[in-house]
Amino acid sequence: MARIILTSGLGNQFAGGQTEFEIEAANVRRLVAALEKRFPGIGPELEREMAVAIDGQIYQDPFLEPISPNSEVFFLPRIGGG
Amino acid sequence: MTSVTTELKWVGKSPIRPDGADKVTGRAKFGADLMLPGMLVGKVLRSPHAHAAIKSIDTTKAEALPGVKAVMTAADIEPMSSEWVPAGELQLNYRDLSNNIMASGKVLYDGHAVAAVAATSAAIADAALQLIVVDYEVLPHVIDVEEAMEPDAPILHDDMFTQGVTPTPDKPSNVFKEVDIAVGDVDAGFAKADLIIERSFKTAPVHQGYLEPHAAVASFAEDGQAELWCCTQGHFSVRAYCAKLLGMDISDLRVTASEIGGGFGGKTTVYLEPVALLLSRKSGRPVRAVMTREDVFRASGPTSGAATWVKVGVTKDGKIVAGQAVLKYQAGAFAGSPIQPGCMCAFAPYDIENVKVKGYDVVTNRPKVAAYRAPGAPISEHAVESVLDEISKKLGIDPLELRERNAAKEGTNAAYGPKFGVIGFADTLAAAKAHPHYSAPLGPNQGRGVASGFWFNIGGESCATLNVAEDGTLVLATGSPDIGGSRASMAIMAAETIGMDVADVRTIVADTASIGYTFLTGGSRVTFATGMAVIEASKQVTETLRERAAKIWDISVDAVVWEDGHAKPAGANAGEFEPLSLGEIAAQAGKTGGPISANVALNAEGAGPGFGTHICDVEVDRETGAVKVLRYTAVQDCGKAIHKAYVEGQIQGGAAQGIGWALNEEYIYNKEGRLDNAGFLDYRIPVASDLPMIDTVIVEVANPNHPYGVRGVGEVPIIPPMAAVANAIDSAIGIRMTELPMSPPKVLAALDNGS
Amino acid sequence: MAKIHVTTTINGEPTEFLCEPQQTLLDVLRDELRLTGSKEGCGTGDCGACSVILDGRLVCSCLALGAEAEGQEVETIEGMADGDNFHPLQQKFLEGAALQCGICTPGFLIAAKSLLERNPDPSETEVRYWLAGNLCRCTGYDKIIRAVLECAADMRGNQA
Repeated sequence: MARIILTSGLGNQFAGGQTEFEIEAANVRRLVAALEKRFPGIGPELEREMAVAIDGQIYQDPFLEPISPNSEVFFLPRIGGG
Repeated sequence: MTSVTTELKWVGKSPIRPDGADKVTGRAKFGADLMLPGMLVGKVLRSPHAHAAIKSIDTTKAEALPGVKAVMTAADIEPMSSEWVPAGELQLNYRDLSNNIMASGKVLYDGHAVAAVAATSAAIADAALQLIVVDYEVLPHVIDVEEAMEPDAPILHDDMFTQGVTPTPDKPSNVFKEVDIAVGDVDAGFAKADLIIERSFKTAPVHQGYLEPHAAVASFAEDGQAELWCCTQGHFSVRAYCAKLLGMDISDLRVTASEIGGGFGGKTTVYLEPVALLLSRKSGRPVRAVMTREDVFRASGPTSGAATWVKVGVTKDGKIVAGQAVLKYQAGAFAGSPIQPGCMCAFAPYDIENVKVKGYDVVTNRPKVAAYRAPGAPISEHAVESVLDEISKKLGIDPLELRERNAAKEGTNAAYGPKFGVIGFADTLAAAKAHPHYSAPLGPNQGRGVASGFWFNIGGESCATLNVAEDGTLVLATGSPDIGGSRASMAIMAAETIGMDVADVRTIVADTASIGYTFLTGGSRVTFATGMAVIEASKQVTETLRERAAKIWDISVDAVVWEDGHAKPAGANAGEFEPLSLGEIAAQAGKTGGPISANVALNAEGAGPGFGTHICDVEVDRETGAVKVLRYTAVQDCGKAIHKAYVEGQIQGGAAQGIGWALNEEYIYNKEGRLDNAGFLDYRIPVASDLPMIDTVIVEVANPNHPYGVRGVGEVPIIPPMAAVANAIDSAIGIRMTELPMSPPKVLAALDNGS
Repeated sequence: MAKIHVTTTINGEPTEFLCEPQQTLLDVLRDELRLTGSKEGCGTGDCGACSVILDGRLVCSCLALGAEAEGQEVETIEGMADGDNFHPLQQKFLEGAALQCGICTPGFLIAAKSLLERNPDPSETEVRYWLAGNLCRCTGYDKIIRAVLECAADMRGNQA
């Protein structure tokens, strides 16, 4: 099962303060759907605001990125630049 | 994708840029240089109050003035709903964007736009502005970030209830949101510390300082199509924002990015562009609107000023066991400071098990903040790098050594969560340590400081079109406005990939109708992401050239190789054919299948983070408090420097901005909340006589996700200077300055107080 | 008030124009004569992007009135190259990557030209102080100063 870590802000807002989960999902899109099922309302927040780091690699638009069974997945705020 | 192992012909060299001749002769057309027949002059009326309700705006006299062809206010813009979208670094709210462009209901800062006119001459436009009567009810204002957080502070937005707080408050405040980053357990970490240092800092808002004021020329047609010429880092973003604000189909608006006289993040949003379009639509004529320098300071985004507090715990061997920070950033008049990346970057260069950072995004009666080179990071990293310096001095450990003992490496869990991939932070520390600057002798009142910095860098949506002309030379089009010489880097990558002379590749920046969507030039992304699109397009063209050669020779494409810019038979069995050059193949393009062209549209992921370490020597004049930078060396991991001289230039320019931020730049508001120093005389950016040569050391730890190993370069260099300078001052006179800028009056006061 | 008729010489060419009394020389160059190489960075003489040479003196054209050009010789960036041939400073700036965005470049080139005409062998300090009236935000000045110093050396070498 992949290890999923939310920001503490999202954890507090949607998951009663919990930020770490073990969830099985083949890609980010399905992971978001799984999280939305558990914590209604979190899905749109994740899609709009969050980038994703899968095993250390940050993806700003992670919709289709695959997740392996041993992956470590962080949700991070999207980064822009100046 | 791995780094190229064969010797590179163009990558790493410094060919003359394709826009060079135009730039040194004045021929290049920047935002204010375009003239269209019948063009009107657009000017903006701005609020003289920091905070006031708009009771009424009467434009009748202005409209009646001969020569005035259009007048507009916020009433000419459809009300926007509160919708948040990503923009540069910051999230953007369309209702706020619209209100910032033209005040509705309230003015929120000195300089806030309230109306605009288009007239046949500048003199008439100015006279028309004088005839617009605005009835203001002045309200109490608040300028300072901590004052704005006080419970009795004047409230800017009645509907701002702090986000990120559970439960959501029922009273409005000036705190838009709270942000939390946490790993491990800081309390447990501090319990293990042999030494704990905590310190508070203040930084002032600073402007990006681009020499070219915002400028736009808009031309609206009767059928609803429009053309816009403007200086911008992102013409596709401009297109999107303007189309939304004007209620247009995106494809009806064609935006051309002019040459741009600096942006640094500040030209990733819109101010005049929708105004020029609206005035053009109303008047039926083209309209040019240009900001004065005063307007630029009063009304275009600086970066945040901040109040920061940092606490670091270390063992006596200098191992950091806990890091904690509280960061309060001001967003200006509307929500959206770079507090999030500020929080994430604060401790990012280091391998720390326990980190806790709290951030506040606070509104104040100042211009809305815009992105500025590594938004948010210089402020938070300045605080941490300063405290690390104090720690190194207290423990008697060399400051670079301290950083080496704690440096993040490949596999380290970053302070903001995920593991780092291949990174070059340790390499920059080693290079700094080994540099002759680090061991050069110092004289009286002189001191040396070091500091490091981290920035994520991004990739993003990018397009490239490579067309082979009939004579075999190439035209390369991308959608990335060129703010620092990127056209040269694109040409280098194409030439290297195809095997051509870089002088035979002409690079242009295409307008929004002529190339696919390309994310703005910023985030240190162009050489990485647009470069990837260029390389991919070059590979596709190479494939096509092979296929065409095969057709010309009437052999299988498998029997053709591409080498040194020529198609050659793969071996003796392929047949005896003379190599075909690009020109020879291109000349037969029509009969072998048509024009030779490749178009690539991609979303580049895999940007490599960047690290820098700077060494700064200063001399403090004890009589005046003036600090002179004597020597400066900036080391940075650039992955692979495609155009060596322009990479050096990015490092030097960023360092200079950081030095200005450290020593002199700040906004000075009077007690009415009006900006007193809205010009380059009193908003003091570094001039040539302020600085020494800035030596650069390019470390190359390749980013495995780019064909040539590229890492973004542009933003990292602005991060270390503020702490490097502060640490140097402390080394020189034994005083820890905690308020930026460390201008002469402040240093003198600190010397006088013996603090 | 009626427009003022001005007769002057711009980059060696006899030129006439009409201007309002309050129009600056910079306004006239850009808006009346379409010579947009000189840039307005501030309008108050603080940034040097509008630098021109007026009767042999380096001035900010935003601080001179258009009417003041009467009977004078004005040199702008547009006249710096000699036909197809760059002035050595222009060539050196390109070779030395002494520009990034390029908006300050015309001003720097004019100012540097003015310096080298007066002082063909300036020290680094002299170059920095002479050019202190020209702001650049992109380069940190390093490559600009190097380009001017190298160009000065080349030009001295060519005359030796």
